[in-house]
Parts: sequence; C-alpha cells; structure tokens
Amino acid sequence: MLTRRLARFVDERLGTAGFARTALNKVFPDHWSFMIGELALYCFVILLLTGTYLTFFFDPSQNEVVYQGSYAPLQGVEMTAAYASALDLSFDVRAGLVMRQIHHWAALLFLAAIVVHLARVFFTGGFRRPRELNWVIGVTLLVLAIFNGFAGYSLLDDQLSGTGLRIAYSITLSIPLAGTWLASLLFGGEFPGPDIISRLYVIHILLIPAAIVVLLTAHLAIVVRQKHTQFDGPGREEDNVVGERLWPTYALKAVGLFFLTGSVLSFLGGVFQINPVWIYGPFDPAEVSAASQPDWYMGWLDGAARIMPNWEIRAFGFEVPNPFFPAVLLAGVTFGLLYAWPFLEARVTGDDAPHHILDRPRQRPVRTALGVATLGFYGVCFLAGAADVISVTFGLSVNAVLWSFRILLFALPPLASWATYKLCQELCRRDGVPTREPVKFRQILPRLRHGAAPPPAAPATPAD
Amino acid sequence: MRVAPAVALVALAGAAVVLVPPPAAAGGDPEAEGERLYLEGCSSCHGEDGGGAEDDAGNLRGPPVADSGEAAAFYYLSTGRMPLANSEEQPRRKDPAYDEEQIAALVAYVASLGDGPTLPEVDVAAADLVRGGELFRENCQACHSASGSGGALSYGRAAPPLAPARPDETAAAIRVGPGQMPVFGEEALSAAEVADVVRYVEYLDAPADPGGLPIGRLGPIPEGFVGWFLGVPLLLGATYWIGTRSPVRRRKGSL
Repeated sequence: MLTRRLARFVDERLGTAGFARTALNKVFPDHWSFMIGELALYCFVILLLTGTYLTFFFDPSQNEVVYQGSYAPLQGVEMTAAYASALDLSFDVRAGLVMRQIHHWAALLFLAAIVVHLARVFFTGGFRRPRELNWVIGVTLLVLAIFNGFAGYSLLDDQLSGTGLRIAYSITLSIPLAGTWLASLLFGGEFPGPDIISRLYVIHILLIPAAIVVLLTAHLAIVVRQKHTQFDGPGREEDNVVGERLWPTYALKAVGLFFLTGSVLSFLGGVFQINPVWIYGPFDPAEVSAASQPDWYMGWLDGAARIMPNWEIRAFGFEVPNPFFPAVLLAGVTFGLLYAWPFLEARVTGDDAPHHILDRPRQRPVRTALGVATLGFYGVCFLAGAADVISVTFGLSVNAVLWSFRILLFALPPLASWATYKLCQELCRRDGVPTREPVKFRQILPRLRHGAAPPPAAPATPAD
Repeated sequence: MRVAPAVALVALAGAAVVLVPPPAAAGGDPEAEGERLYLEGCSSCHGEDGGGAEDDAGNLRGPPVADSGEAAAFYYLSTGRMPLANSEEQPRRKDPAYDEEQIAALVAYVASLGDGPTLPEVDVAAADLVRGGELFRENCQACHSASGSGGALSYGRAAPPLAPARPDETAAAIRVGPGQMPVFGEEALSAAEVADVVRYVEYLDAPADPGGLPIGRLGPIPEGFVGWFLGVPLLLGATYWIGTRSPVRRRKGSL
C-alpha cells in the first residue's frame, strides 16, 4: 500500500511510470552463463563497500612513525604511517581484518569473474557486430581492474608490495625513450620516491573506480539498448528475445546472486588468510623475501619476465632493456589483440553482418581453438611466475622448471588448439550439425554415426 | 650404473654395523667413543685426521672438518644431514643416525681436531623478538622467505623451511653457514643477536596469526589457486543454481 502511494507520488512529479514499466518488463534471454558478468558487478559492489570501510582507517602517508600497536613482534619498529595503519586495520580496528580480507578476495575474484565473462563472450561470438563497442569497453574495464588491483596491494607498503612497486618502477624505466621520464612522473623522483603511496591512493580509491563506474554504466546501458544475445533454440530468431522479464524473475535472481556472491566472498575472507602483511614486515628497499609474487592477474607478466631469456638490444643508439619485452611488449600485444579481435575476426572471415544469435563454441572450431591456445599460453605464463614455489614444493631444480616452462609456452598452445579443433569437429559430427565456419574454413564431411553418407541436405547453411 | 653396486656395498656395510652391536667403549670414555664413532662413520669421506679425503680419481669425497668445530658437527649430526649416503647430493634434514650421547661424543671429538666455532649458547626466553624480526628480514628472508617456509636456490639447491629446526640447530647454522648459506660470525651477529634471530624463527613456527587458514604461507600463489579453484567454482555454482531455477510466475494484477 505504502509503495503504491510512494510510486504514485514520484510518478505524478517525475513521470517515471512509463519508464519503470518498460524497464521492469524488459525481457532477458535464459541461460545461466549470461549471469557471469553480473558476478563481476557484484564483486565490484562488495569492493566498494569494504573499500569504503577501509578508507576510514587507512592513512596513505609515507611519513615515518614508530609502531605502537598491539602486534608485539613489530612494536617499536620504524615504518611508514601507511604500513602502521594497515597493521592497525589488521589488529586493532574492529572487523578491520575481515574487511581487508574480503576486500582482497573480492579483488581476486572480481578479476577472475571478468576473465570468465570475457571467455564466455569470446567463445560464443558475443562480440560480433553490433557489439564490438561493448567488447572494447569490456576490455578497458579489465585493464582498469588490473591496474586498480595492483595499485591496491601496493598501498600497504609492506615488504611484498614494495617489491612489486620496485618491479613496476623497473618496468616503467625499461620503456625506450620515455621510460625514465614516466617513472619520475609516476613516483615523484627516484624509487621509492616520496609521493608514490599518496598518488596510488588517489588512483586506487577515486580515479580508477570512477572510471570503472562510468564504463560499467555504459557497458550495461549498451546491453539494454542493443538487447542481450541469445543461444539458438525453438522460436529464437535474430530479431526477437526469448526469456523472462526483469520483474519479477530477473530482479529476484539478481538480488539472490548478489547475496550469494557476498556470502562466498565473506566465507573466503573469514576462513582463508590473505596477504598477512605483518609477516612481511615494513618495506625496506634493501630487503627482499624469497617467493615474492604478485596477485594472479599480474602473475602472468611476472612469469613472462621470469622465463624471458636475458636478451637486450641496442636500436638507433638506445638501449632496449630486457624487461621491456616480457612486461611492456607482451602486455601491449595482449591487450592490443584483445581490443582488435572483433574487427580482426570480421576482416578474416568476411562476416560483417549483425549477429544476435550466439555461436556454440563447437560450431566455430577455429575461433575456439585459438581461444584455448591463448588461455594455455597465459596459463603457462602464470605458472612460470610460480617457478620457485613449484620447485621448492616438489623438490625440483628451479632452472629445470624454468626451461620446462619455456618449452611448454610454445608447445602447449599448438597442441591444445589442435586437440580443441579436432574435438569441435567431432562434436559437430556427433550432433549432426554443420560447423558455422565460413566456407573457406569448412572442412567437415557430413557423415552419419554408422558411417553412411547423410541424405542430401538442405541448401548450404544460410550465411549468418 | 657403476654407482649402484657401490651404494649397495655401503648399505650392506651400514647394515653390518647396525646388526653387529659395537663393543662397548672401554670405561665409557666419551672422547674415545667419539674417536671410534668418527673413524667408523665419518673418516671414509672426511679423512682420519679430519683433513678431508679423496677418491681414487682424485675428487674430493668430503671436505676437511678439522676446523669445523662443535657448531658444525652438532648442526650436521643433530639435523640428520650427516652421515650422507651420496656425497653429490645436497644434504637434507632426516632423522639423526646417532643418539644424543653419541652426537655429544662425536661433537667433542671433532672439536678436539682443530679450531672451529663453538656451539652458541642461546637463551631464547631472554631474547628480543622485535630485534630478531628485523635481523631476520635483513639477513634471512631473501632465501628462507619472510614466513620461514624456505625458498628455491639455483640448480636444484634450496633453502630449507625453518619450522623443523630446533633453537640450538638454528643458532649453530647461523654460525656455521652450511651449504650455500653465508657464515654469520661474531662481527656480523653478536651472541645476543643470534639469540634474537632464533627467537623470531621459533615465533614463525606458530605466529600470532589472525585471519584464518594460512594456506601454505607462500604468498599470492596459493591465494590465486584458492581463488580460481575454490572461489570461482563456488561463484559459478551459485550462478548456475540461480540461473537454472524455474522462473517466478507473475501474479495477476501485479506490475
């Protein structure tokens, strides 16, 4: 009764009823995998909520203080105010540690959800015209999320995060021509620089989150505007959407998924210790610990830097330092290809038509094989970042492990893509459906399960 | 393959030693007992006078130990790193081959051979935990990692995890510098500072550790694995569960 009166009150003044009716009646197609992107959104909401709590107590300052908090093994030690306040958050602020841990787990899973969502869109061809723009926005969101994660764990000024910053500084330095200028600009001078924590703080809590909110809004608005893609099925056409309405089905599902995401993150934050900065100690540029690794979403870059041979070149009188190749060039190529993929694929296949019906991955063997190869490549890179942990855990030589990863890096992707390609073809044969590859890629000979040739098929599959 | 018979022979010899109880040392004199044990178990590689020994091809079988002192003898014997079946391998921690009395006798005998570091006395209870932590992060974590869980060195060598080490073993290792570990003499770490480090190493066995399961104390790698192999399946499971529920039926007359 109250809601009804409230709705009428708002409508009489703002005329919102029409918009609300349209929005609530909006139909979304049914497939559970279409909700993976929502996971990322809900992780982001949890990040904002826990992050806001953390800002109440965190002090992003590099001023030296003497720690007097309740963690006995560091009492009386000189450290930055940033690290001291991170310790206070962990030991002396009510619920501070669980908030920190939920925040950190949410960051790891935010990135993971983005990657799974991206893989879903990639393997089903959801990026094709007219959705290239939203793909570009999505990749930008991934890049921003990676940078923000890095900025976040660099803030605490413990030994591990300082080691990460030192590597980031060296990577920035390795950019030919501009490197030294960029590094000084970012760090406010030579490493460690007096300003880096306070700058990263503004970047971490304001600039990048604001950019993420804006792009996320655009990302969702474009989905609403263009309508969501759907899988092929009875009654599903290029020009309709078969599914359930936003109200009540999807609104309730969304709320349910938000709370489930919150529970999973709280479970992880409450049960699994993450980033115990009190063990790492305050950052000292002269110190480093064994097994210093970045979080997983930077781990592939760390791994690439580890398995890169020690090559350096001089070009046009300029030294191109070694970290440039694995850390700058590889990252540039990675995200460059990601951005360009929808346009590259349209160019290569000659298929520039709009698509609202998704592919099944098996029906696009070449794309699926390339995607699997790419995942394999970055998976090997990530594992190579753990080379020392792997060698200690399994009693192997770290040199042998690194060489194995060098070989695996080039051997695994072709093997994986060949197997995937064959698997896709076999699955299509079993299903008796043609692959929807454009003609120049189509190699499937139709065959029934007992080996006979099928009856003459309808004219070639209509171009999609 | 020529190694195999040699190893078998050594094993047989070892078995013979174990099976035939050695005659009790005359009068239980510890020094005589130490010499007897040394000649029996150590001299084949380290030489009868502690000067090291070479094999027929002129390769060093074992380094000289005359100046190793109490500290080294105690460290290697107490952690079971010596005796070693294959001198090519990096010695690893195992159950000690001798009992405490035999170790004491051997330590005394090796100390009498030359001029080496004595066994450091550590009073862990009186040591300074905070100073120990600072010294540990300056000197130890680069190889043993900040949590003391060990780390990789090049070509198959490794800095061992510190949790199994007893306080006297840790102190002896600091003074001795076994394997690739640097020697920390009196000029580098005073006796009190050694005790401080030992106290922090003991503390790392069970640190004041809020926040839940420590998942290996190996930093972001296990965290990433928990994220991908526990967190992601849980989230996707939740999505699948919600995403495949039958739709809520609309009541007539509602929006």
